[in-house]
Amino acid sequence: MTTGSADPVEAVGVAPAADPGFLQRYGATIEYILIPGAALVGALATFGLFVALFGKNPLDLYFYMYQGAFGTWFSWQNTLTRAAPLILTALCTALPAQLGMVIIGGEGALLIGALSATSVALAMPWASPLVVQTAMVCAGVIGGGLWITLAGALRQYRGVNETISSLLLVYIGLAVLNHLVEGAMRDPASLNKPSTREIGAANMIGSIPGTDVHWGLAFGLVAAFASYILIYHTVFGFSARVAGGNIRAAKIVGLGVNKLILMICFLAGGAAGIAGMVEVAAVQGRTNANLAAGYGFTGILVAFLARHNPLAIIPVAILLGGISASGGLLQRRLGLPDASVLVLQGIIFVFVLASDALYGRIGFLKGKS
Amino acid sequence: MSDGSLGLWTVPLAVFGGAIRVSTPFLFVSLGECITERSGRINLGLEGTLVMGAMSAYGISYLSGSPWLGVLAAGIAGAMLGALHAGICSLPRVNDIAVGIALMLFGTGLAFYLGKPLIEPTAARLPAIDFGWWSDVPQVRAALRINVLFLIGLALAPILYWAFKTTRWGLLIRTAGESSDAARAMGYSVLAIRLRATMVGGFLSGIGGSFLSLFYPGSWNEGLSSGQGITAVALVIFARWDPMLCLWASLAFGGAAALGPALQSVGVTSGYHLFNAAPYILTLAIMIITCSPKRTLTGAPAELSITR
Repeated sequence: MTTGSADPVEAVGVAPAADPGFLQRYGATIEYILIPGAALVGALATFGLFVALFGKNPLDLYFYMYQGAFGTWFSWQNTLTRAAPLILTALCTALPAQLGMVIIGGEGALLIGALSATSVALAMPWASPLVVQTAMVCAGVIGGGLWITLAGALRQYRGVNETISSLLLVYIGLAVLNHLVEGAMRDPASLNKPSTREIGAANMIGSIPGTDVHWGLAFGLVAAFASYILIYHTVFGFSARVAGGNIRAAKIVGLGVNKLILMICFLAGGAAGIAGMVEVAAVQGRTNANLAAGYGFTGILVAFLARHNPLAIIPVAILLGGISASGGLLQRRLGLPDASVLVLQGIIFVFVLASDALYGRIGFLKGKS
Repeated sequence: MSDGSLGLWTVPLAVFGGAIRVSTPFLFVSLGECITERSGRINLGLEGTLVMGAMSAYGISYLSGSPWLGVLAAGIAGAMLGALHAGICSLPRVNDIAVGIALMLFGTGLAFYLGKPLIEPTAARLPAIDFGWWSDVPQVRAALRINVLFLIGLALAPILYWAFKTTRWGLLIRTAGESSDAARAMGYSVLAIRLRATMVGGFLSGIGGSFLSLFYPGSWNEGLSSGQGITAVALVIFARWDPMLCLWASLAFGGAAALGPALQSVGVTSGYHLFNAAPYILTLAIMIITCSPKRTLTGAPAELSITR
């Protein structure tokens, strides 16, 4: 894109350009906010057109989306409750992305994490709640972590593409869950919906005081901040980013790439495993097929929209949590099918990826000094 | 009575019939993806295309009363999703794997949205040819009721094999896939070749989806496809981008997928879900055996991002 002087975009850029250092320093950051923001607006506009085709008023749509997501304290709580697992499953895609891997199996790690956490809780009915909860977190991390480590190991040692293998592992994980829930682990009392026994009310992790938002949100925030520090402020994270940038250079300077990949995959799967544990210990109280609610798949979108930055994942997860929270209101007030949230997510994803082409091409951000 | 006389023979028979029935969507998606990947691009979005194809076929068949119009509509819907994939991938610095993931979500979401009113009504289904007329045994007859789409797919595999080898179009697609520089030097637009290859791939995958909703299982619901699309994409990799191997692999997969229902029909119900996951476990196992970290796969198009 060549920059014409009559370009209106150019005129906007005149003011900050008075200080050329400003744009040079922050141009990239502004780009990282501006371009996904523009993609989001474009996606919302497209979705508005889409519902207009079905005779709904797009302005009503935006109003109810805002109402359902952020309009009231009730909808904020709903949004934050949904954001919690999204932060964790997004980390499952974002962490391996630092190493240049595309892992999309967060849903599988979530299911296995939930299953492991439930099994541990059911195995120790004598223990005090705090012990049970700690054991559940550990089991969730280990279960989910090993699940994604498998995809990482297959890539490193067998050259199996990790995108495909991690997705296949989602379906295998779901089958394992259904098999156990309808067989060995089934609560005979669950007739309509086969489930495991409940982990018990005492072992539930409950809500953050003063709200209906469960403690899973705190788990998500801690995991996101910890990941940020790990990736950007530790030697381990630096090595991971070096290996992600140029794997040959990393090998030449003697980094153990295999070990890095396995560890990152374990942490990634562990994050999604905690999401599963949280869904059990804060929402469902047991394991059943309800857990496969698609948080793992929405998490992929969150990670891409946040450009795999662990801190950016937090606001993006809240945004997408809000979109899914507004689904109910859209259904009741506008008569839109529940799948409209999926359509919007798909449109956002497409727009965000297409906007990748814009980086470094916005005239006024080039910082001419 | 015939149940008793057949005994355990019911299982292999049902697996055989199932292999033919269940393999058809695998076959179409893998042949379509084979064309796309040979041109140097991978479209992971075919899972979404499959579901979208199933929904469009069911809707059009219901509205028009003609299942074949439904098949055509499914193909067109698939080709449009393919065009979208190729269009976005043509932009600079856009990763084709990520676009595939996006279209997987988009295609499924759109199909669920548009397909909401189609869950109740019954649409006209595709006819089947009865190759089992000579037999009195109902299971044999059921196994040999073969759909025309399967026969089309059966014919398509050798035709594609031949086309890749000898025709001008086959050569162009392969050139774009092996070396985009060479294709450019010959004066062809790599992007245009890949656009067409992805659209044809989407067209075939859409048709594969129409089989799901119009023949087997033969209705539209949101659980219709669970990973058949992505399994078929993986299948192309270990079929070494060879259409004939895609055919055999699809049949093997269909057989694996039919194992669960077949065992259930003779009363083996434990492990039902695990048997249903057989195609995914099989895919993973075959990928583990056939891939290698040391060398790129033989027959892999050099421009393909997934093997580099």
